[in-house]
This record gives sequence, C-alpha cells and structure tokens, in this order.
Amino acid sequence: MIRLENLTKVFETPNGPVVAADDVNMEVPEGEICILLGPSGCGKTTALKMINRLIPLTSGKIYIDGKDTSTLNDVELRRNIGYVIQQIGLFPNMTIEENICVVPKLLGWDTERAKKRAAELLDLVALDPKLFLKRYPKELSGGQQQRVGVIRALAADPPVMLMDEPFGAIDPINREVIQDEFLKMQSELKKTIMFVSHDIDEAVKMGDKIAIFRAGKIEQYDSPDVVLAHPANEFIADFVGADRTLKRLRLVTAKQVCDADAPAVSRHGRAKDAHAMIREHGTHVAVVLDADHHPVGYVTEDMVEGASGLVHEFARALPATVPARADLRAVVSEMFAHDTMWLACTDDSGRYVGVITQPAVTGALGETYRRAGKAA
Amino acid sequence: METITFIFSNLGVIGGLAVEHISIVAVAVGLAILTGVPIGVAITQSQRLADAVLYVASIIVTVPSIALFGLMIPVLSLIGQGIGWLPAVIAILLYSQLPIIRNTYTAITNVEPSLREAARGMGMTPLQRLWRVEIPIAVPVIMAGVRTAVVMNIGVAAIAAYIGAGGLGVLIARGISQTDPRQLIAGAVAVSILAIAADYALLALQKRLTPAGLKR
Repeated sequence: MIRLENLTKVFETPNGPVVAADDVNMEVPEGEICILLGPSGCGKTTALKMINRLIPLTSGKIYIDGKDTSTLNDVELRRNIGYVIQQIGLFPNMTIEENICVVPKLLGWDTERAKKRAAELLDLVALDPKLFLKRYPKELSGGQQQRVGVIRALAADPPVMLMDEPFGAIDPINREVIQDEFLKMQSELKKTIMFVSHDIDEAVKMGDKIAIFRAGKIEQYDSPDVVLAHPANEFIADFVGADRTLKRLRLVTAKQVCDADAPAVSRHGRAKDAHAMIREHGTHVAVVLDADHHPVGYVTEDMVEGASGLVHEFARALPATVPARADLRAVVSEMFAHDTMWLACTDDSGRYVGVITQPAVTGALGETYRRAGKAA
Repeated sequence: METITFIFSNLGVIGGLAVEHISIVAVAVGLAILTGVPIGVAITQSQRLADAVLYVASIIVTVPSIALFGLMIPVLSLIGQGIGWLPAVIAILLYSQLPIIRNTYTAITNVEPSLREAARGMGMTPLQRLWRVEIPIAVPVIMAGVRTAVVMNIGVAAIAAYIGAGGLGVLIARGISQTDPRQLIAGAVAVSILAIAADYALLALQKRLTPAGLKR
C-alpha cells in the first residue's frame, strides 16, 4: 500500500516559486496498479520521484505499507522500492546477470542466491537465462532491455514499484507485448505499483486506478471505466478524448456481455425443434454446434420455417467467432469486418460459450450512463 | 651509416638511458594518475571548482619546460635537490595533470544521466555509484588522458637532461654540444620510438581495462 498525505513540492526558481505538487492526497491499495496520468509538466513525475526521494519533498507524508517513510534513510528506502525508468538505465559495464543482481548485492544477499534469482526472473519474461545472463546490455534489443529493466527492479522482491513511463520508448508493437507480459506477471506478483504515463490508452489498459494530474493537483482519481464514462470535468473529458466511450470497449470482455442462453442447436437435431427454440427465445437465429460443442454454423428463423429434416441441411457457415476473453474492442472490430450484428463466442478450446450482439455491447457501455441518469 | 654503427656499438648505453627515461616518466605519470583522477572526480561536484582547477592546469602546461626547471632550482635547492631526477619528475607530474584531470572530469560528467538516476533510484550510495558505475564507464577516456600525458612527457623528459636528470635527452644534449650528429640522431630516434611504443602499449592496456560491455 502506498499513501500520500498532503504531499507538496515547491521548486524555487529564479522566476519565483513553482508548485509542482499541490497538496496531493491519494492511496494505492495493496496489489493494485495506479497510473499517474496527465500532460507533461503536470507534476505526475514529481509526485512519483518524491516517493523514492529522488526529488526531496517540500511538505507532506508518504506511507508505504502503513509505515512513514521519513523514518528511513534514502538508501534503505530506495533499496526496498523497485524503480523502472523510461531510459531503462541498464549499466553498460555489467552483464545482464550483474545488472539484475545490483540491488540483491546492495542488500547483502549471498552471490548464489542472487544469481539464482536472476535466472528465475529472466525465465519469467521469457528470456533464456543460458543465453542472456552473460550478455551485455548493448547486445539486447530495446524491448529485451526494458524487460531486463523491469525484472531488475523486481530482483529483491520489493513490495512497491515505481515506474516512470517504463514502456514509453518502445515501439508500439513491442509495447503491447510487454504490457501484456507485465500484466500477466503482475497478476501473480501483486505488487503495489505507481506508474507514470501520458498515454490514456496505456493507462486504461494497465491501471486498476487512474489519477489524472493537472498543475500539481489530482483532478480525478477513479477506476479507468469511471474516468472514461464520467470524467469529473471539462479538462479530463478533453484529455481522455472525444472517443472515450470507445476506449471503454477495452475494459470489458466478450464473456461479460455474451448471452449464454442464446439458442444453440446440434447440427444433427431436427430443424423443426430448432424453429421452435428460436421462436421461444425470439432471437430469429440459432447457433449450430457439432458433436464437440464447437460452433460450426447458424440457422435463422426463416431458413427453418416449416422445414422438415435435420438442422445441418439448412445451416450456413458462421462468418467468424470470437474468443470469450477478447475485449469488446476486438469483438466490435470483428463485427464491423464481417458486417454482422452478432458473433458466437468460444472458450480457449474453441467450444461454444454464447452469443454476443451489437445491442448487448451498446447496452453494456450505456449501462453506467443509465444508472447515473437514474441517480440524478 | 656512421650513425647506425654508433647505435649498435652503444646499445648498452642507449638502453640504460632509455630505462632512466622511462623511470622518470613512469614515476611521474603514475603519481599524476593518483592525484589527477581523484581531482577530476572531485571537481565534478562543482562547476566553479572545475573551471578553476582546469584553468590552473592549463596555465601550467603553457609554462615552457625549461623555464619550469629553472623555477624549481631555487625552491628544490632548499632540500638539496635543485637539479636532477626529482625536478624532472615534479615537472612531468605537473604537466600530466591537465590531460588526466580533464579527461577524468569529462568522462564522469558524460556518464548518461539516466544511468546515474537508475543507480540512485536503486539505492546506491554516491561512492558505490562512483566505483561500480561511473569509473568503470569512464576508464577508456581516463586512459586516453594517461596516454596523452605519457607521449607528451616523453618529450619533456628529454629536455630534463639539461638539469642532469639523465635519460635519452643526454644523447641529444651531448650531440648538440659536441656537434656529433650520431649521438643527436640516435637520441632523437630513440625518444621517438619510445613515445610510439609507449602509446601502443598504453592503447593495449586501455583496451584491456575497458569493460567488455563497452567495447565496440
């Protein structure tokens, strides 16, 4: 847990004092990622760097796991906080192994333990320890270097991590991959993380909470969905963008929206029964499944109207299916690509889960507005 | 031809003078590393101090060696060392400060700020940062300064023959005073070869001391 209390930073400049952080109060619960988001110069990085005292604070208190950090000296404090920066900052004179072992060594771990840890961590980010431990940073690609940068910060297993635009310098394709890897790691490690970003898409993807800064103040501190659906003011609405509702598509998975009760019939079933089932549900369409429960086609109400025979004689092929764990953005994209109002969802082994429709997507996104409307 | 005969019949003498020559430069530059590197590191803490120190070091280099020897005679005479080996070593020690201090200072200040930030953020103390990160990265540039100092001062040491410090300058001085081109050429060639050889040897050392991760 990280708690900031009345955190204030005033820089004295020749043109008078500049307030970089203005009475910031916030709390990041244990195991969550909090994104500090805002335009450049808004104070987000200053706030972050005050936590590990790379920037001394003017006033206020910082608590980590309930403990007032002002009782610790700089070096002690920093060794117990993972720190990742955009420029990565791997030491070029050290091998990857030596880089990862820096903090464990500072903490006085024995060499064997530190080395074992380095190998474990490389495995965690899918870099083969045999190949990489003895290499030097310049022999790695940018993406590989930043993976090492991240695991170096994790080396001594600190409860808290500070990340200053960690994926900002990585090309967009690799960035997505590293973000996904990092989220997967975080789902197991459950670190408490403060993460500076200026990219709303990254914030929505990575954050459990987002704190939006302007001129040293927190303008809004909420979950990504609330920030996007109910921006607290004009500034935030502008900052998150006019397409903010579309961005919320990423926050919901197909599984959460798909209708598991939608009619599904076996391809060897009777067309008459399929018709009755469609009528009963009022959906005009049923998904056709094979013996393994994989969706293989569909029939509409018209196609089986008054028909006799088996379902597969009438069925048409499905244009596409989507995995249930895909986010709505991917689902909608598939719908648009195939000019269809609905798609069948499948689980990881390709078995049928349910049907997702455009109205259901719209409904899911609109729900929060209807609730807010009722409350008002 | 005469010169070559001279050189081969006096190899032992020339070798002895070369050893003297090397000992003056090696001791002086060795001491200069022990003083110059810490000074170069120390002045990274203050821009004003750095400017002042580099200014003084530059002025020292502008003093002609022969004048510097002259200046030291009355001072060192107080301890009975007005001429000879000691003033030669002191002069070279002083001349070596500029390249060594300047290269150390430049190398340390040029360490990428992100590396310094990472090191600080990970909880290294200033001394740990210096030993584990800054100096290893600075070594190639510091060594380049040492090379400059050595090559430059092999020439200065030749002049020190005039204050009785010995070395290959003795051949040159004698060659001039006795109008003996054999000695003059032998001395000059020997000094040149020594300078070139020292430069190559130090280049090899520089490569060895450069951390593997920084090599191209």
